[in-house]
Amino acid sequence: MRETEQTAKTVEEAIQQGLQILGAQRDEVEVEVLEEPSSGILGFGSKPAKIRLFVKEADLSKAQKLLENVLTILNLKGMVDFTKTDDNVRFEISGEDLGILIGHRGETLNALQFLLNVILNKGMEGKRVSCALDIEGYRARRDRTLQILAEKMAQKASTERRSISLEPMLPNERRIIHMALQNHPYVTTRSQGKEPLRRIVISPKESAKDKSGRGARSRPGQHSRSTSFRSTSSREL
Amino acid sequence: MKELLEYLAKALVDHPNEVNVSLVEGEKSQILELRVNHADMGKVIGKQGRIAQALRIIVKAAAVKEGKKVMVEIIE
Repeated sequence: MRETEQTAKTVEEAIQQGLQILGAQRDEVEVEVLEEPSSGILGFGSKPAKIRLFVKEADLSKAQKLLENVLTILNLKGMVDFTKTDDNVRFEISGEDLGILIGHRGETLNALQFLLNVILNKGMEGKRVSCALDIEGYRARRDRTLQILAEKMAQKASTERRSISLEPMLPNERRIIHMALQNHPYVTTRSQGKEPLRRIVISPKESAKDKSGRGARSRPGQHSRSTSFRSTSSREL
Repeated sequence: MKELLEYLAKALVDHPNEVNVSLVEGEKSQILELRVNHADMGKVIGKQGRIAQALRIIVKAAAVKEGKKVMVEIIE
């Protein structure tokens, strides 16, 4: 926890000094007055104000406790750890048989992560923390699966010369796909639809079409046809 | 399941003492009825029902573990 102790003639001055040192705004800190200033008599025995400033932080140990309690209630054995970087927090649950906490394509994991964020940020004004939740390295595995899927579907889109729309995904999952294909020579990606049914569409690039000599004009309707494709390769659960 | 819903709901609301979950046996499935202080309704439903949806997903996971079907209803 970031904190500092300051002394100055008045409490208010001490607070201002502290805010500068912490680089924080007034509403982001909590102030504890350690010593009230007293002016003394004729300048003798005068005491400065002494205060301590804390930067208010979301209570991470509370969140850890919450996850541990959920495990206990569900009769699951697991450990909850968290690591903190500058602006995000990562909770990791490790243990046995945690599949039910991950759910179909991470559905339960995402719900739990969402609730964790809501509870963690309850009553916090201004600064909000966002935390990521992972169980048994699921996220990394899912990222890998999505990258493979992206590559496969890009291949399909460019050889079959048509747009392919993927199943609906969460924003962070779509980001993985966009990033995996952003420098792809033959396809472009975009998202369409409204949350939570927003999905990625992979289309062959126009220039690639011209090169192959099978322009969109000669095959009307072909490039706008979309097929829904279920990512069967992501059946890790 | 009931315990889990109660625990999560209490963590979400401002008046945890007024959280009440009761289990009603239906024909095919069980129904968990969640009651909270009126001021806390938004806290358990959320924008576009996102919190309610997340609660349902998690409770469903717990129910699967017990081999049961369960529905969560938020009672006004």
